[in-house]
Amino acid sequence: MSRQQIVFNNVSFRYADDEPWVLKDVSFTIDSDQWVAIIGHNGSGKSTIAKLINGLLFPDQGEIVVHGITVNAETVWDVRKKVGMVFQNPDNQFVGTTVRDDVAFGLENRGEPREVMVERIANSLKSVRMSEYTLHEPHRLSGGQKQRVAIAGVLVIQPDVIILDEATAMLDPKGRKEIMATVNDVRAEHDLNLVTITHDLNEIIQADRVIVMNEGQVWLETEPRDLFTRENVLREIGLDVPFVAKLANQLQLVDQAWSQEPLNQKELLDALWTYNSTK
Amino acid sequence: MDIQFNEVSYTYQPNSPFSHQALKNLSFSIKSGSYVAIVGHTGSGKSTLIQHLNGLLRPTAGAIKIGGFQHQAGAKTANIKDLRRQVGVVFQYPEHQLFEETIKKDIAFGPRNFGVSDEEIERRIPDVLKAVNLSPDLLERSPFDLSGGQMRRVAIAGVLAMDPKVLVLDEPTAGLDPRGQQEVMDMFLDLHKRKGLTTILVTHSMEDALKYADHVIILDHGEKYMEGKPSEIFVQNEALQKVQLDVPEVIQFIQDFNELFKQNLSYQGQTEQELAEEINKLLRKEEPTDE
Repeated sequence: MSRQQIVFNNVSFRYADDEPWVLKDVSFTIDSDQWVAIIGHNGSGKSTIAKLINGLLFPDQGEIVVHGITVNAETVWDVRKKVGMVFQNPDNQFVGTTVRDDVAFGLENRGEPREVMVERIANSLKSVRMSEYTLHEPHRLSGGQKQRVAIAGVLVIQPDVIILDEATAMLDPKGRKEIMATVNDVRAEHDLNLVTITHDLNEIIQADRVIVMNEGQVWLETEPRDLFTRENVLREIGLDVPFVAKLANQLQLVDQAWSQEPLNQKELLDALWTYNSTK
Repeated sequence: MDIQFNEVSYTYQPNSPFSHQALKNLSFSIKSGSYVAIVGHTGSGKSTLIQHLNGLLRPTAGAIKIGGFQHQAGAKTANIKDLRRQVGVVFQYPEHQLFEETIKKDIAFGPRNFGVSDEEIERRIPDVLKAVNLSPDLLERSPFDLSGGQMRRVAIAGVLAMDPKVLVLDEPTAGLDPRGQQEVMDMFLDLHKRKGLTTILVTHSMEDALKYADHVIILDHGEKYMEGKPSEIFVQNEALQKVQLDVPEVIQFIQDFNELFKQNLSYQGQTEQELAEEINKLLRKEEPTDE
């Protein structure tokens, strides 16, 4: 087992002894270079997984290992140096009066020297394309810009893992695109474990792997392309597939000769072209 | 109820350094019984607009007619309480406004405030529970014991219990899982039809606007940018891109398909199944040797 992984070993969790289990015997491994999307219906346990990874919660049973460290009350501060989280509500995660102060917050807590801080803050804001806003007030930014600053605030501590917990849910389509573009840039520049928790079907497409949660258990682990062929069973557990996959699945029903599993419109049109010319 | 905006402007904090004009000379009409989508990116004035519909904001210039109510700049609105009873607004994340000890009390809070009798409320509760698909067994439970999706249903039930004629929905599916989104949107469409409501949906989803609305109004910087039938508005790629909106996925696909295969497929609300059948037919026709 490589040290550079997030490992859940038979993890169970509940908020109180007299309450039902939120997670039941959950096991999975996320490799260090992967982008993994965690999906599932409301209440399926997705966000609980995120909170367990960086020690906001601790498991009642089982073990969680984040890049070599077993998460518990003693190691939680070491774990949090490795794991950065961005939450859903852009307005709930600001502490500074300027963008720069806000990004600096995570570093101040770690006692980094000033020169290091200045350089890292500048680099982080550059990564999320917010350098021009260094001295702006965070609360006057758009939702997408706020979330980009929140990502910069995470990047600045140079984490090994970034978790986006429905970070685009409250944004408009433009804000969502900004965040996903930012995430792609950041991934290209930094060696990062990326975990996104989302309901947005189009966000899943870009992930390397998808973990599907259902009623507190891992229901399926697979690649997006394979996931989207399972439209009917996904519906049964409250989920759905994107338009392109729906249409491709219907084409398959109309003609068995259709065997493509396109992920986006371009792949779908290419597949139709091939299908048409080989008939 | 017919709704008419006549050159409505609204300025936040006028005559101050923070003065900001959120609506500019906005005019449009909504026919009673129609389902209208209001679309525009963040900051385009959508939320300001809907707060005028039940009198939470008063225009700084211009006039609004909602059924028999007159709501205009510089004048007191007569019977404003009655207006608020008839225009039900489901705000974003309405479950954040739940506060009562039991679900029943929370649902009853709105109508009781508007002077509806206890007997009448008792009579309405089973109906609204059915509309939002919640079990009557839950009535005496705390709303805070429920899942996010169920809490939203309770909040919506509270608005429905006022028996409004106009229903204003501000991004009603935000944060719900795909099934929850579909169920909530289907529920509103069913209510719209069954109760003959006038429904106004504020949404970022071009897909929902296309699927559910019969009229769409696009706002940009507080002004009306376009309005018309969704099937006519949502094919205008360039105009939409100018205000940073996307063409719905299905329309984009049909346009690209037509270009690639020199076809004339058009969007008429087809399901994916119907679309797949049409595509298959069209492509088959190109091959006369087939079959």
